[in-house]
Amino acid sequence: MITSSVAELSRALHARRLSSVELTGALLDRIDAANPTLNAFLTVDREGALVHARAADARIAAGTASRLTGIPLAHKDVIMTEGLRTTCGSRMLEKFIAPYSAFVAERLAHAGMVLVGKTNMDEFAMGSSNENSYFGPVRNPWNTTCVAGGSSGGSAAAVAARLVPAATGTDTGGSIRQPAALSGICGLKPTYGVCSRYGLIAFASSLDTPGAFGQTAEDCALLLNAMAGHDSRDSTSVDRPAEDYTRLLGANAGAKPLAGVRIGLPREYFGAGTEPGIVQAIEAAIAAFRSLGATTVELSLPNVDYSLPVYYVISPAEASSNLARFDGVRYGHRAAKYDDLMDMYKKTRAEGFGAEVKRRILVGTYVLSHGYYDAYYLKAQQVRRLIADDFQRAYQSCDVIVGPTTPTTAFCVGDKIDDPVQMYLNDIFTIASNLTGTPAISIPCGFDGKGLPIGLQIQGNAFAEARILNVAHRYQQTTDWHRRIPAGFAP
Amino acid sequence: MALSVDDVQRAAHLARIEITAAEAIDVRNKLEGVFRLIERMRAVDTTGIVPMSHAQDVSLPLREDRVTESDPHCHQRDLYQRYAPAVDNGLYLVPKVIE
Repeated sequence: MITSSVAELSRALHARRLSSVELTGALLDRIDAANPTLNAFLTVDREGALVHARAADARIAAGTASRLTGIPLAHKDVIMTEGLRTTCGSRMLEKFIAPYSAFVAERLAHAGMVLVGKTNMDEFAMGSSNENSYFGPVRNPWNTTCVAGGSSGGSAAAVAARLVPAATGTDTGGSIRQPAALSGICGLKPTYGVCSRYGLIAFASSLDTPGAFGQTAEDCALLLNAMAGHDSRDSTSVDRPAEDYTRLLGANAGAKPLAGVRIGLPREYFGAGTEPGIVQAIEAAIAAFRSLGATTVELSLPNVDYSLPVYYVISPAEASSNLARFDGVRYGHRAAKYDDLMDMYKKTRAEGFGAEVKRRILVGTYVLSHGYYDAYYLKAQQVRRLIADDFQRAYQSCDVIVGPTTPTTAFCVGDKIDDPVQMYLNDIFTIASNLTGTPAISIPCGFDGKGLPIGLQIQGNAFAEARILNVAHRYQQTTDWHRRIPAGFAP
Repeated sequence: MALSVDDVQRAAHLARIEITAAEAIDVRNKLEGVFRLIERMRAVDTTGIVPMSHAQDVSLPLREDRVTESDPHCHQRDLYQRYAPAVDNGLYLVPKVIE
């Protein structure tokens, strides 16, 4: 029971077949047992979690509970949680206690979710393998010699190993969907602006998007219902009427529930470079969509191949500006020895940041520096427009776009760490929806010959979350990939 | 164009990150491939294309210029300064900059 989905656990809690205290206590024990192997959690708040679980049980007894009340949750350690250590995976913030909570953390707490701890991540959310964490890599529950993906690797591994039924993440270039794919779970990146960035430690402000991990698309929808909403403290938060993201899950009952849904298949997503096992699994999923009544449309996104270079100009540029705040004055690490103010800044930042973060700050500083701005940053913003235009043309002929989430399944710890370009290629299919600000989900759709999970990406146009969740949910009603639990972590 | 070790050193200075000569060489080598990747983008014809700085074409929301929070007892200051490496009497301490 304790390894069930959010929706199932919610029913059990409301039927009083299970209490939140029992559930939370049991999952805390699972975390204690698994974390030395997985390194998924950086902070576990047993005491606080049990206090919140008792409050949730009281709320359920009083009849004032939401569907999420009493459900244990973990936050990626980029999300500020008042009174709890928030490290962002960095030495810079190793001892930082958040003075206030992020909007999404407030919303999920308000819904009654029980925060059990903070999860490991690539430092400042920069990475695709979680190996850039100051606190060491997260291990993949399906094969602990492999990475769990990144940057939200801890959240993905924690949900995959059934240590928590749900977790938050942030996605700047694929940091929710890529680890979800590599870890065999669902990861939803909503439309930019749907969830406030208030209280997130910023990486690239025009791309950063908070989102959710769960076992099912339905669980992601339930979490998004609580996380979404206008927030005046984030100037990019969209002010739209509240939506029920579960509303289309069960739409169109019958043998052909996806009748009328047009699935776009960009030829750029089906070229060489993707592992054959992944291609097979995606083709089988497309056949499943057709048997559910969907039609498929072949299309082209001619500029999508430039997503990677555009991203590696824009995101370091924004990061170099955002990370200027870590100067050893107001919070975080300060070097022990220095000569003067300049030397203090330089030594503090040299010691506090890891190698990848420093490289990206240097790239960002370079492309924004005098004489290079037009050639790199402005150019990248122009190509970003061309990519967004490609997608807008595509969505005139289809409702969702489907393809692989990643070109490979999980790789071994250490395999790609010395070659940034090889590492960056992990995000080749996920980056575009960050550049365009549109929603996308990764859901499990099979396993490769090594027994490692494969992710299917479903993208939609801005504010089409309910539609992509509908397509994902209908697929999950006829398949059981999302129900598989890694052997070492079966209850 | 190729990134030089001098470029790396200059960017490191601008970014206020201390970097040794050996580190600068390593960074340059690791970034060589990244810049090759970036160069591909520069070949795209973008004549007349309006730069896209943001996912949404919306204007920045404005609010009235008035005080929305008050903190007469400086509790917020104390809270935020609790995490500072060096403070004294409500001030952040840095190495002497004025002789």
